[in-house]
Amino acid sequence: MSRSATATRTIRTFIIGTFIDIARALTIASFAAAAQAAPYVPKNDAAVLERLAVRPGDPVARELRRLRAELSLDPRDLDVALRLAERYFELAGAEGDPRYTGYAQAVLKPWWDLPDAPIGARVMRAIVKQYSHDFSGALRDLEAATREDPENALAWSWRAAIHMVQADYDAARADCEVLRAIETELGAVACMAYVDGTTGKAAAAHRALSAALARDAGVSSAVKAWVLTRLAEMSLRQGDAKKTEESFRSALALGVRDQFLLAAWADFLLDQRRPAEVVALLRNWVPSDVLLLRLALAEKVLDAPAAKEHIQALEARFDAAALRGDKLHLQEEARFNLYLLGQKEKALALAQENWKSQREPRDARILLEAALAVSNRSAAKEALDWLERSGHEDPRLRQTAEKLNALKP
Amino acid sequence: MRALLAAFLALAVSSALAHKPSDSYLAIRVEGANVSGQWDIAVRDLDFAIGLDDSGDGDITWGEVKAHHTDIAAYALARLKLRSGGADCSARPTEFLVDDHSDGAYSVMRFAASCPGEVTTLDIGYSLFADLDPQHKGLLRLEHGPATRTAIFSPERATQSFELAKISALTQFFDYGREGVWHIWIGFDHILFLLSLLLPAVLVLEGGRWQAVVRFAPAFWEAFKIVTSFTVAHSITLSLAALSVISLPSRLVESAIAISVVLAALNNVFPVVHGRRWMVAFAFGLIHGFGFASVLKDLGLPQGALLVALVGFNLGVEVGQLAIVSLFLPVTYWLRASWFYRRLVFIGGSLAIVAIAGIWLVERAFNLKIISA
Repeated sequence: MSRSATATRTIRTFIIGTFIDIARALTIASFAAAAQAAPYVPKNDAAVLERLAVRPGDPVARELRRLRAELSLDPRDLDVALRLAERYFELAGAEGDPRYTGYAQAVLKPWWDLPDAPIGARVMRAIVKQYSHDFSGALRDLEAATREDPENALAWSWRAAIHMVQADYDAARADCEVLRAIETELGAVACMAYVDGTTGKAAAAHRALSAALARDAGVSSAVKAWVLTRLAEMSLRQGDAKKTEESFRSALALGVRDQFLLAAWADFLLDQRRPAEVVALLRNWVPSDVLLLRLALAEKVLDAPAAKEHIQALEARFDAAALRGDKLHLQEEARFNLYLLGQKEKALALAQENWKSQREPRDARILLEAALAVSNRSAAKEALDWLERSGHEDPRLRQTAEKLNALKP
Repeated sequence: MRALLAAFLALAVSSALAHKPSDSYLAIRVEGANVSGQWDIAVRDLDFAIGLDDSGDGDITWGEVKAHHTDIAAYALARLKLRSGGADCSARPTEFLVDDHSDGAYSVMRFAASCPGEVTTLDIGYSLFADLDPQHKGLLRLEHGPATRTAIFSPERATQSFELAKISALTQFFDYGREGVWHIWIGFDHILFLLSLLLPAVLVLEGGRWQAVVRFAPAFWEAFKIVTSFTVAHSITLSLAALSVISLPSRLVESAIAISVVLAALNNVFPVVHGRRWMVAFAFGLIHGFGFASVLKDLGLPQGALLVALVGFNLGVEVGQLAIVSLFLPVTYWLRASWFYRRLVFIGGSLAIVAIAGIWLVERAFNLKIISA
């Protein structure tokens, strides 16, 4: 480029930049009083910056300290490492904090890249991998573990769970078959019912699972809540809203803090056009992205004043995830774009991207709805094929699919 | 059932994790051989790594973080390698602050580093928390002249190299020019000072009463004299301060600027000085120049192009000033004879300026926060 061309370009940049500055100056002038986010020095030493979810005096924290101390003496002690990793996974679920899966990965470091790591390490490694949606990497480790130890119920269960996410129902069924011999009766039935309930046999799956639950008196509340949530889903797929609600209510009555249960119940209420109940249910769940999405959806329907602030908060969180290159919440982000921002094309692109790694009924649902919003049948082809192939019964998905199929090509 | 539940529940949970994973935000600016940076690291992550909760009550206070600033700097800077031309640019902390991000409190550390020579390629090695949380990521924003780049550091991509484009003197000149324009527009104290002196330019004091001027020419020349002498005066002190010939404490300068605005506006309501307002503009302009200089210092002066930056910034200030005057003068000239202008804008406006600048004065002199400035 010649000197004069460079100069012209620089001057042009200057002029355009100056106009942008005028707009910025005017905006700042009009919001001069509004506080701008900027680093600051807290006013006094007692100001609390952060409250730790796990307090140093908690029994969990003490156990973590003990295991960490033990491991620091010998980082290659697999037994201690596995116990510590397991504690971290439990915390990740209980606190909803993915940092703990990172800590678990760090603990597994001596075995992380070993091609022939011991079975325990392989299964744990698979669990870490699936957290970051590396499903194929996780399955490779699980397949190796089950080959070596065919009685490893944890490894078989994870195989079934991941195959379900990938909509590989034949493989999931085969995993459940194996579990029949090594799991409890309820466990084996639940596994198969989960597959059947998704693939067009919701009524039979519901009968089998509720009978198995009735036979097993000694189950924990967590297990019972999980089974009841599945039963609710199966009733919903049969179009029985009353029975769905009953199962959800029995699950909620157990008093288990389960975000997944709350999210499923909130979705049901939203579909039933009962947003006020969602607001009452989730008002104190703002820190959870997944539940905040449901809360904002309900507030938008109600035209509640808090909707705007919550939509902004969600946008900030999705932006932060994008900054680090994360693609873990694509399904939620698609829903957010479709129903809260009205960005239909972006929602569709996200739903399509999501479908590449996650193929559960709710992933299909957002893809179908986003495609319908822009009247683009072919964009949802894979979800339509899945619906056909799986025989999934959910009346809402079927209706959306019918509308898409009725579109002129 | 335990195993199955563990798998299916955890799988549900993995898509329902409430928090965002651990990230740090690293902003780095390169000027010649100097590197300055700001590093935001989550308080929770630092607590996990080096332990901040001395009281053991699960609450991390500012006092506890403050007590660990040396540890934080040592821990973090040992895990950030800045290299240029095959040599280390050793970094030292300059300031510690706190910021709130969407997922909690972050410790903010500002730092400075000097490289052996002008940086043309910056190699950054990032290994913060790599041993504790391999999923941690460092989000970099790298600024060099007008260009901004971003990058993500993770254990898989722990060392990255950035070629810095050579910045031409012309680009630098316009860059600083824009900063000058920008500063006069958001520097309300300078604008209010100038407006206080320009408000009476379309009026003339006759027998103790303000009358509208008859022709545009006298108003124009009055404004011209004021703006020119203000410019000459603040250019002098801006240059002297920027070149570190004179330096005054900023609290003194800021307070004096506020006084200048109060006096200039007060003079419109109770005229003491008239006819020679350009001298007022010159005298107080000297003080405003110190104010501009502190902005220029915050921007960081490029070593090799000190003069270019100084002239660019100063001309930018003038351009911004002229833009204001060329809008302001015709409008006031057009309105000059109306009651609206002479009572409401001139007297009411001047009183409002006195009030605002008075509050600034109290804030700056006593280090208080009354209104946002």
